[in-house]
Amino acid sequence: MWLNQFLLVGAALFCIGVYGVLARRNGVMVLMSIELILNAVNINLIAFGAFNGTIAGQVFALFVIAVAAAEVGVGLAIVLAIYRNRSTIDLETANLMKG
Amino acid sequence: MNDFDDWVLTLIIFVPLLGAAVMMFIPKAEEELHKWVALFSSVVVAALGVYLLFNFDYDDTQRLQFTASHSWIDVIKSRYEVGIDGIALPLLLLTMLVVPLVIIYSWNHFPEPQNPKAFLILILLLDVGMLGTFCAQDLILFFVFFELVLLPMYFMIGVWGGEKRQYASIKFFLFTLFGSALMIVSFLALFFLTGAETFSMTGMAGLVKTSNIAIGTQVLVFGGMFMGFGIKVPIFPFHTWLPDAHTQAPTQGSVLLAAVLLKLGTYGFIRIALPILPEAAVKWAPWIGLLAVIGIIYGALGCLAQTDMKRLIAFSSVAHMGYVMLGIATLTNFGINAAVFGMVAHGLITGMLFFVAGSVKERFHTLEIKRLGGLLVSAPRMGWILGFATMASLGLPGLAGFWGEFPAILAAYNPAPELSETLFRVYMIVAALGTVFAAGYLLWLFQRTAFGTPKEEFAHDPVHDVELPEWLAWIPMLLLIFVLGVMPGIIFRMTDGAATSLAAAFGG
Amino acid sequence: MSPTLTFAAESGEAAVVTAGWLLRNAWIFPAIPFCSFLITLFFGKRLPQRGSPVGVAALALTFVLGLAAAGQWISYSNRSEDAAHAETEHALVGASAGTGESAAATAAEDDRGATTEEEDGEVHTQVGEAADEEEHASVAPVESTRTWWQSGGIHFEVGTLVDGLAIMMIFVVSLVSLLVHIYSTDYVHGDIRYTHYFAFLSLFTASMLGLIVSQGIVQFITCWELVGLCSFALIGHWWEEQANSDAALKAFLTNRVGDMGLLIGMIVLFFTAGDGRTFSIVSINQAVVSGTVSHTAMTVAALCLLAAVMSKSGQFFLHTWLPDAMAGPTPVSALIHAATMVVAGVYMVARLYPVFWDGLSIAGSSFNMMVLVGAVTTLVGGSLAFVQRDIKRVLAYSTVSQLGYMVMALGCGAWTAAVFHLFTHAFFKACLFLGSGSVSHACNHSFDMKKDMGGLRKRMPITHATFLIGTLALAGFPLFAGFWSKDEILAGTGGFNLAEGANGSYHVFLVIGLLTAGMTAAYMTRCYWLTFLGEWRGGHDHDTGHDTGHQPAMAVGAAVATGHDAHAAGGHDAHGHGEPHESGPRITGPLVVLATLTFLATFANIPEKFSFIPEGWRLRFEHYVEPRGDYFPTISHAEFAPAVAALSLAMAAIFSGVAIIYYRKVRAQGAYATELAHGPTTRNALAAAGYRVLENKFYLDWLYQGVIVAFIKGPLARGIDRFNQVVLDGIVDGAGINSRKAGDLLYRYVDQAVVDGAVNASGLGASETGGMLRRFQTGRIQQYAALMFGAAALLAGVLVIAVQ
Repeated sequence: MWLNQFLLVGAALFCIGVYGVLARRNGVMVLMSIELILNAVNINLIAFGAFNGTIAGQVFALFVIAVAAAEVGVGLAIVLAIYRNRSTIDLETANLMKG
Repeated sequence: MNDFDDWVLTLIIFVPLLGAAVMMFIPKAEEELHKWVALFSSVVVAALGVYLLFNFDYDDTQRLQFTASHSWIDVIKSRYEVGIDGIALPLLLLTMLVVPLVIIYSWNHFPEPQNPKAFLILILLLDVGMLGTFCAQDLILFFVFFELVLLPMYFMIGVWGGEKRQYASIKFFLFTLFGSALMIVSFLALFFLTGAETFSMTGMAGLVKTSNIAIGTQVLVFGGMFMGFGIKVPIFPFHTWLPDAHTQAPTQGSVLLAAVLLKLGTYGFIRIALPILPEAAVKWAPWIGLLAVIGIIYGALGCLAQTDMKRLIAFSSVAHMGYVMLGIATLTNFGINAAVFGMVAHGLITGMLFFVAGSVKERFHTLEIKRLGGLLVSAPRMGWILGFATMASLGLPGLAGFWGEFPAILAAYNPAPELSETLFRVYMIVAALGTVFAAGYLLWLFQRTAFGTPKEEFAHDPVHDVELPEWLAWIPMLLLIFVLGVMPGIIFRMTDGAATSLAAAFGG
Repeated sequence: MSPTLTFAAESGEAAVVTAGWLLRNAWIFPAIPFCSFLITLFFGKRLPQRGSPVGVAALALTFVLGLAAAGQWISYSNRSEDAAHAETEHALVGASAGTGESAAATAAEDDRGATTEEEDGEVHTQVGEAADEEEHASVAPVESTRTWWQSGGIHFEVGTLVDGLAIMMIFVVSLVSLLVHIYSTDYVHGDIRYTHYFAFLSLFTASMLGLIVSQGIVQFITCWELVGLCSFALIGHWWEEQANSDAALKAFLTNRVGDMGLLIGMIVLFFTAGDGRTFSIVSINQAVVSGTVSHTAMTVAALCLLAAVMSKSGQFFLHTWLPDAMAGPTPVSALIHAATMVVAGVYMVARLYPVFWDGLSIAGSSFNMMVLVGAVTTLVGGSLAFVQRDIKRVLAYSTVSQLGYMVMALGCGAWTAAVFHLFTHAFFKACLFLGSGSVSHACNHSFDMKKDMGGLRKRMPITHATFLIGTLALAGFPLFAGFWSKDEILAGTGGFNLAEGANGSYHVFLVIGLLTAGMTAAYMTRCYWLTFLGEWRGGHDHDTGHDTGHQPAMAVGAAVATGHDAHAAGGHDAHGHGEPHESGPRITGPLVVLATLTFLATFANIPEKFSFIPEGWRLRFEHYVEPRGDYFPTISHAEFAPAVAALSLAMAAIFSGVAIIYYRKVRAQGAYATELAHGPTTRNALAAAGYRVLENKFYLDWLYQGVIVAFIKGPLARGIDRFNQVVLDGIVDGAGINSRKAGDLLYRYVDQAVVDGAVNASGLGASETGGMLRRFQTGRIQQYAALMFGAAALLAGVLVIAVQ
C-alpha cells in the first residue's frame, strides 16, 4: 500500500520534470527539470529498495545523485558558454546541430 | 645414376629463368650485354642437353630417366615431378638447339620496336615453358608450363608483330586458352574419377586401368584433352589461329612457334592422352586420323591459294602436322616413331623456312610472292638454302622430312588391331596424295621466289646475301636436316623403345 | 636364328663361293660420285677448270671399278655354277636332303641378324635335271647390309644388292655418265653455272648407282627421289627462263604423282611379301616366288608400282613431262632423259619382277595392264615423234616410245629382252642425243630441224656417221644392237606362235610392236633427212609459208629451245653465227665410243640358234644378267624367230622407204623445202584433224595444265582458302565478335543496369533516407527529448503488453 504512494510521488515528479524539459525554453530550467526527473528515479529506487529490504536501491540512488551533480556541472557550464556566445540561453535558438 | 642426374633437368628448366632474372637487373641500354647473357644461358642449357644426350640410357628408353620428385603444392596434391624418356628427349634437344639459334639470329635482326632486353627476356621465359613442358611428369606441372608458354608468345606477337598483330595475338591467346581450359577440366576429372593421390602421369595411367571408369566418360575426358592439345597442334578445323599468328609474329616468334610450340600439342597426345586413356584413344583414333588427313589435303590446298610467303609456310605446317597426327592416330610403334620424328623434322625444316622468310622480308620488305623472284640471282646462297629447305619440306628422301612422312603413311596401312584397316588405308592413300600437293605448293613457291630474275622494283637494289649471324643460326639446322635424313636411326634409337611400349597398350 | 644358320652353313660346305671384294662393297659405286658431288659443290669454283675434272676423274674411276666388278661377277657366277655342278653330283646321293637344306638356308637368310655385314654369298642349289643343270643353277645375289634404323625390334637395313642386272646397269650408267661428263666439258663450257652443272651430274650418277645397288625398297625409294631431284635441278639448269623452270616443275610434279603409287606399292609389298618385317628386295622376291603371298595383294602392289613406272619411265599418260624435260642441257637429256634415269622405272620392274609376274599373271596370258600401258605408250610416242620440228623432241618422243617397248616386253614376260633393249637403247639413244647436241652446237644452239639444219652430212662427218649408226640401230636394221633387242622383244610377245618358248601369247602386242618398229624407222628417217641431207637452211630465212599453219604446237618446243639458246650462247660466241662445222674432240669422242658400242652390243646376246658361233659366245647377256635363283620367277625365253625378224625388218624398210619417197618429192620442190606444199594434211580433212591432235599432243598437256592443275590451283585452292577465311575463320572471328557483343550486352543490361543499378540504388536509397531523416534532425534539443520520451513511452507500452 505504501509503495504506491512513493511511486505516485515519483511519477508526479517525473511528469513535472518531463514537462519542464519539453516545455521550458530556458536552458537552466531544463537542467533543473532534468534534476527533477533524476530525483523521481531516485525516489523510485529507494522505495523499491526499502520495499525489498535491500540496500541496493539506496546505493544506486547515491550513484545517481553523484552523476546528477556532475551532469548539472557540465550542463551549467554549457549553458554558460552558450550564454557567453549568444547572450541568451533560449534553447529555441540553439539549433546549430540542425541537419 | 649420380647426384647430378637428379637435378640436371631442374637445372635445365630454370637456367633460362635465372638468365632472365639477371637481365632484369641490367640496364636497358646495355644491349650487347643482354645478348650475351641470353645467349650464354641458352647455351648452358644446350650444353646440359649434350650431357643428357651422352648419359641417356638408350637401351631402356621407355623408362623415365633423370627423374626428380619433390613436394610442390600439397594443398592440391600436385608434385614437382620431372623426368624424360625417349619421346621427350628428342623434343627437349630440339628446343635446346633452336632457342640459342634464334638468339644468335636475333643479334642484328631485332624487329621493331627493338628493345632487345624485353625481347630476349621473353625468349628465355618461353624457353622455360617449353623445356618444362617436355620434362614435366605431373599433370598440373605440365599444365603450368604449357600455359607459361602462352604469355611470352602473346607479347612477342602483340608487341613485335606485323600490322595486324593485335588481332593475331589475341586470337592466338584466346584460342589456345580455350583449349587449355577444357584440358585442365579433363585433368581434374581424371583426378577425381580415379581418386588419385597425386597428379603424376604414370600413376594416373595405372589408376585409370584399375578404376573402371565408364568408357563414355573416358571418351569425354579424352575429348577435353583433344581440344587442349589439338588446338595447339593445330588440327583442322582448329587451325585458323596459326596462319595469322605466324604471319604477324616476328621471325623469331614464327620460328619458335613452328619449331617447338606446335609440338607441345602433339607431345601432349603421346605423353598424356594415349597412355592414360588408351581405350578412349582407340575410339577417337579414326576421327583424329580423319581430321589429320583432311588437314593434310586442306593445308596443301590452302597453301596453293596463298599470296604471302609466310602465310604459305604457315599453312604447310597444318599439312605437316597432319602427318604427325596421322602417325599418332594409327596407335602403332611405327606411327608414333614417325610422329616424333616428324615433329623434330618439321621443327627444323619449317623453322628454317621461317628463318629464310624472315631474312627475305628484311631484304625486300615484302613477302608477297608476286613481287619476289630471282632470289637465286640476287642472293644465291639464300636461294640455295631456301631450295634445300623446300626440298626437305616436301619430304625428299635423304633429308629429314621424309622420315616423318613415310613411316606415318606406312603405319596407316596397318594400324593398331582394334582400328579399321580399310579406313586407315583410305587415309594412307589420301596422305600419299598429300605428298604430291606438298611438292606442288613448295616447288611453286620456290619457282616464283627463287627462279627467274628479280622483279623490276628490286632489280637495282643491291641485296646482301646471307650474313654471319644467319650462317651461324642456320648451319646447325641445315646440317641436322641432312644428317637426320641420312641417319634417321639417331632419333629412332631414342624413340623406339618408348614408342613400342606405348603401342603395346594397343596391341600394335 | 643361329642354329638354323649353322645348319645352313654346314649344308652349304661345298657350295660356299666367295664373291669378289667389289661385289661385297658395292657401296663404293655411289660413294665415289657422291664425294665428287660434295667436292665440286663446295670447292669446285676454286679448282682448276671450275671443278669439272673432279667429276670426270670420279666417273672414270667408277667406270673402271664397274668393269672390274663385272669381271668379278662373271668369275663369281662361273664359280657358283661349278660349285653347283659339284653339289649336284654330291646331292645325287642325298637329293631330298639337299633341297630341304637349301630351303632352310633361304629361311636363314631371311632372318638375317641385326648388324651383320653379310659376307657369305652363300650359294643354294636346286637339284634339277642333270641336263638342265647349268640353266637352273642358281647364283645367289651378293648382299651386304647394315641396320639403318629400327622400330619395334624390326631392323631396317641399308646395303647393297649386286647381281647380274645391277652389274649391267652399273656398267651402262657409269659409262654413259663418264662420256656425258667428258662431252659436257666442251658443250656447256663457259656456262655461268658450270660448276653446279657438274656437281649435279655427279649427284645424279651417285643417286642412280645407289638406286641400282639398293638392297631394300626404302633405299630404293630414296634414290628414286634423288634422281628425280637431280633431274629437276638439271632440267631447270637455265632457270632464269620461266619455260625452263616450268618444265622442271612439271617433271618433278608428274613424277610425284607416280611416286604416290611407288610409296603405296612399296608399303603393300612391305606388309605382304615382306611380312611387315623386311624391306629387303631379295626377301620380298623370294616370298613372292615361293607363292606364299596373296595374289590380290601382289596385283594391287603391281598396279601401284606401275603408276610409278608410268611417271618415271614416261609411260602414257604420265609421259608428258619427258619431252618438256628437253629444256635442260642436251648432255643431261642424253644421260638422264634417255639412257639412265628414265629407265629406272623399267629397272624397278625388272628388280621386283616376281611381284609383276605374279600380280599381273603374266605367264600364259595374252593381256595385262603393264603390256597395255607399254603398247599404248609406244604407239603414242612413235606417232608424236612425227610432228616435232625440234630434233630433241623427236628423240624425246622416240625415247617415250622405246620405253614403252621395254615395258611392253616386261609385260609379256620377255624379261631378258626388255633388259637387253634397255642396255642397247642406252647406247644408241645417248649417241643420238649427244649427236643432236653436237648438231645444235654447230647450228647456233638451235634445235629446230626445219629452220636451222639440213645438209650437215658433209659439214659434220663424224657427227653424221655416228648419228646415222644410232638411227639405224634405233630403226632396227640388222648388225646394229637395236635390231637384236627389238627382235627379242617381238619374239617374246609370243604372238601368233611365230616364236617358240615365249611366256604368253600376246598377239595384239606383236602387231603393235611391228607397227611401232615401222613408225620408228619412218620418223628417224625424217629426222635424219631434215638434219643431215639437203642444203643447210640455217643461214637463210627459208621457213616456208605452209609451216605457219602449224605454229601453235611448234611454239612450245621453240620456246624451250630458245630458252636454252639464250644462256648457252653466252659462252659460245666463238663458234656461233658462222657456218656449221664439226665439233671438238671432247664432243665427237664420246659419240664415236657410243656408236662403236651400239655396234658391239650386238654380240652381247647372240641367239642360241646361231649354232655356228661357239656356245660360250651365245646368250652371254641372258646368262650373266638374268637372275637365277629363288628370288626370280622361272621364265622361259623365246627363241630367235626368223619370221619375226623378217617381218620387223620388212616393216622398218617399208616405212622408211615411204619416208624416203616423201622426202625425195619434197626435195624436188626446192633445195630448202622441208615438207610437201600440198601434203595430205592440206588435202584431207581427216589427216588434218589427226595432225592437229598430234601436234597438240593428244590434248594431254591441256588436260593436265589447263584442267586438272588449273582446277586445283584455281577454284579448289581458292575455294579452300575462302572456306578457311570465311567459314572457319568466320566461326572463330564470329565467336570472338559475338562474345564481344554478348559482353557488351551483358555490360549494358546486366552489369550496368542490374548489378551497378543495385549498387547505385543502395547508395541512392541511403542518401534519400538520410534526406528524409534529416528533417528529424532539427537541432532542437527539446524535440529530441520529446522523441526520446515518446519512444520510451512507446517501448514501455510494448513492454507492458509483451510481458502480459
